[in-house]
Amino acid sequence: MLLKKAEERYALKLITPSIVVVMGVIIIPIITTFIYSLVNIDPLSSHRGEFAGLSFYISALTSSAFWADLRRTLYFTIASTAAETVFGLLVALLLNQSFPGVRFLRSIIIIPWAIPTVVNGSLWKLMLNGEYGVVNAILTKLHLLSAYQSFLGSPKTAMMCIVIADAWKMTPLAVIFFLAALQGINPTVYEAARVDGAGALQRFKAITLPALAPTIMVVIVMRTVEKFKAFDIFYLMTRGGPANSTRTLMYTTYLQAFTNLNYSEAATCAYLIAIIVGILTLVYLRIMRREENI
Amino acid sequence: MRKEMRKEKTFSPQKSSRQRRTQTLYMIFGFLLAVVILAPVVWMLLTSVMQPVDLTAKPLRLIPKQITLERYSHIFKSASSSDPAYVFRIALKNSFIIAVSVTILSLVIGTLAAYAFAHVRFRGRNALMLLILFTYMVPPAALIIPLYRIYNSLGLLDRRWPLVILYLSFVIPFIIWVMQDFFGSISKTYEEAAQVDGATRLQTLLYIFLPIARPGAVAAGILAFLMSWDEFFYALIFTSSLSSKTMTIAIEEFNGKFTIDYGMISTAGILGSLIPVMITIIFQKYIVMGMTAGGVKE
Repeated sequence: MLLKKAEERYALKLITPSIVVVMGVIIIPIITTFIYSLVNIDPLSSHRGEFAGLSFYISALTSSAFWADLRRTLYFTIASTAAETVFGLLVALLLNQSFPGVRFLRSIIIIPWAIPTVVNGSLWKLMLNGEYGVVNAILTKLHLLSAYQSFLGSPKTAMMCIVIADAWKMTPLAVIFFLAALQGINPTVYEAARVDGAGALQRFKAITLPALAPTIMVVIVMRTVEKFKAFDIFYLMTRGGPANSTRTLMYTTYLQAFTNLNYSEAATCAYLIAIIVGILTLVYLRIMRREENI
Repeated sequence: MRKEMRKEKTFSPQKSSRQRRTQTLYMIFGFLLAVVILAPVVWMLLTSVMQPVDLTAKPLRLIPKQITLERYSHIFKSASSSDPAYVFRIALKNSFIIAVSVTILSLVIGTLAAYAFAHVRFRGRNALMLLILFTYMVPPAALIIPLYRIYNSLGLLDRRWPLVILYLSFVIPFIIWVMQDFFGSISKTYEEAAQVDGATRLQTLLYIFLPIARPGAVAAGILAFLMSWDEFFYALIFTSSLSSKTMTIAIEEFNGKFTIDYGMISTAGILGSLIPVMITIIFQKYIVMGMTAGGVKE
């Protein structure tokens, strides 16, 4: 009994610094934000200080702007996660082979991931520039494009540009996860399958894919949660424009809070993001538990 | 036996020619992959050393006739506080100080907690671990307004150490997550043996557990540094002047000017990427270990 108490005191000493930081900077603010979404605290509002109940949530959920933002957020999330997963898998399969130069490729694959997001954003903005950009120069030279285009200046292509920039930086992360999982597969299993006459595609379907399934799941869900929270790349490349075509929920939250000074509206939007991310996380934990049971 | 050998012989040349074909195919895809990875980086490097005339030349010349290191020396020499190049240099220094502080503090604080989670029994352990995991998923947008108001009222805006505290809040949970995995894999018998020999618990942690978990600490520390170096959202809201502005904000400001100077943006981009890219290439094994431990665990 005494020993148990001593253990508890020891543990308390060890975890207190962490808990203080996490409580102070995450738990307390997240509760406060919830209160802000229920009570009007907008500095410029005439209803300041009044209890608003769920009215901020209702007005957010009934506004077409919210659904448009959500649609764009989902478009970005799904498109970039899909691109990273598919290309990540293909590249990992390639890098898992042995051929001249593969060691070099394995060591450079991580470079895009190491480049800071802000630099990545500037880099693609520079390459996609409508007047002097190298992408325009190459595409017109190859006659794939008749005239220079302002990719980031057009509502039709701006979001796709951000997806490309993001996928370029983040695909290596997926590659690293997949490569680690591939290297965990026992090569004799492939040998046995080959002896039994299984073709490359059959081997992929029967051995590789099942072995990679848990990792693919982790990558998809981990990335989805991250994409939902993405902000830097949007701020840097388009600031939500042109014509709101790249304005996501995260960006609207930022605009509401720090441009329009609508604190309560921003808190509400942030909570709606948190709820969606929370649901995704629950799904994530569910899937993980199911994988563990298998 | 003999039959089999003959079979081998007739089989092998056919197989090797097929193998050679797939090898060639792999090499072609490998080459394309290398281009996709490296071309944007090389382009940034070229842009940073191109003459201003070549930057806006039409048709664009891919390989410049003459290169200039003027922009790099300008960033290192500029002494005027209104010059973006000077701002960038100071911001680079701020980022470095902040990232190193976050790395050291989060490693110390997070490792202690990770050890407790892995090897000490206490009430509410699982609930606290879940709480730590949960913070991992919280969007910073859901924290920023109260944080901003508190920082504003306490006069903590635009200073370096308050920003360090903000960064600790997302780096510490990550460190705990990665490190408790490493500690968990260390057998309890080490601890018992040390205690029999009369070591205190702190000595056991310092001299038994830490040396074994060192690769994990290196991995977690590097990722902590990279996370702080890359941070943008908090820095955007909480910094405004040279006293705390970070590299990410300085680069953003290069972009925001009326006349966008892509030469300078690229130079700043190269300098801002230098440390993380070098670290990543040198410590690649550790990083892969830390990332997969932090992501796939349980």
